[in-house]
Amino acid sequence: MSLKPPVGPQDHVQGNPEAPIELVEYGDFECPFCGQAYYSVKALQAALGDDLRFAFRNFPLAQAHPHALPAAQAAEAAGLQGRFWEMHDVLFEHQDMLDQPNLFGFAAALGLDMERFGRDFASPEVAAKIRADFLSGARSGVNGTPTFFVNGERYDGSWAPQDFIAALSSLAGGVAVPP
Amino acid sequence: MALEAGKQAPHFTLNSTPDQKVSLTELRGRRVILAFYPADWSPVCSDQLPIYSELLPEFRRYGAEIMGISVDGVWCHAAFAKHRNLRFPLLADFEPKGEVARAYEVYRKKDGFSERALFVIDREGIIRWSYVSPIGINPGADGILEALESMEAKKS
Repeated sequence: MSLKPPVGPQDHVQGNPEAPIELVEYGDFECPFCGQAYYSVKALQAALGDDLRFAFRNFPLAQAHPHALPAAQAAEAAGLQGRFWEMHDVLFEHQDMLDQPNLFGFAAALGLDMERFGRDFASPEVAAKIRADFLSGARSGVNGTPTFFVNGERYDGSWAPQDFIAALSSLAGGVAVPP
Repeated sequence: MALEAGKQAPHFTLNSTPDQKVSLTELRGRRVILAFYPADWSPVCSDQLPIYSELLPEFRRYGAEIMGISVDGVWCHAAFAKHRNLRFPLLADFEPKGEVARAYEVYRKKDGFSERALFVIDREGIIRWSYVSPIGINPGADGILEALESMEAKKS
């Protein structure tokens, strides 16, 4: 099960662009498992440092989670002002506060241009970006949230922090060892 | 082991609600996706079906209707669909229990429920793709989308 399309300029990416390990998450800001995985990814980033880069794609299960789509819109709208990751973090740290007044409150607290944020939040471009993320996930074999891809292949192992770090650092080791 | 591509899809008429029935022959001329799953409320099924719900516009773009099928009864389906906000029919393969799953060769007799199996049926009622997933693993939607795409290319 491989990632389609590969990570590209359309993606939000954190970490060393030359890192040997690329982690992609398909996530839903209202999904409680994604909320747990958020802290696992943070632990992984701390443990692997420059060996890891991380991209996040939207996979909102909008009919199961009524705030998932607006939260994704807020993250993408913040992204258009260069602040995707800050909004991503705020959303996962406040999963029980994702109604629209709070989303706009988060944007204001980040110091975003609110007129632009409001426009982008409701724009067809942002909706299309989220839908494109969702469809790429469906094509790539996403079967729940969160679903992770490591170096382009679906990762079906445990993402509990210790397991995740062990699984991915062995990969980093493998890459670093000369043939 | 699950009817394969090229076989005629066995006919069925099943209740989708207490007072509505769905019959495969009524859907002739449309593409049909049948998603057999073990049971309402099981954790894996609860992940699998909402993804299909989100993909309804995509399936419709290919002229396809999706239906879930399990051995649960109509009232159970109604509660499950409401709870998960599912927007496609769940059919009750309830009496005789598992008869349709047996016809598609995906019934697990010792368990009393069906495999987690997917069938994509063309406009003439021929199975064009089928897949049985390990029971605890959500198959996602990539196989369905690929099957629809290839059918679209062949106009089947």
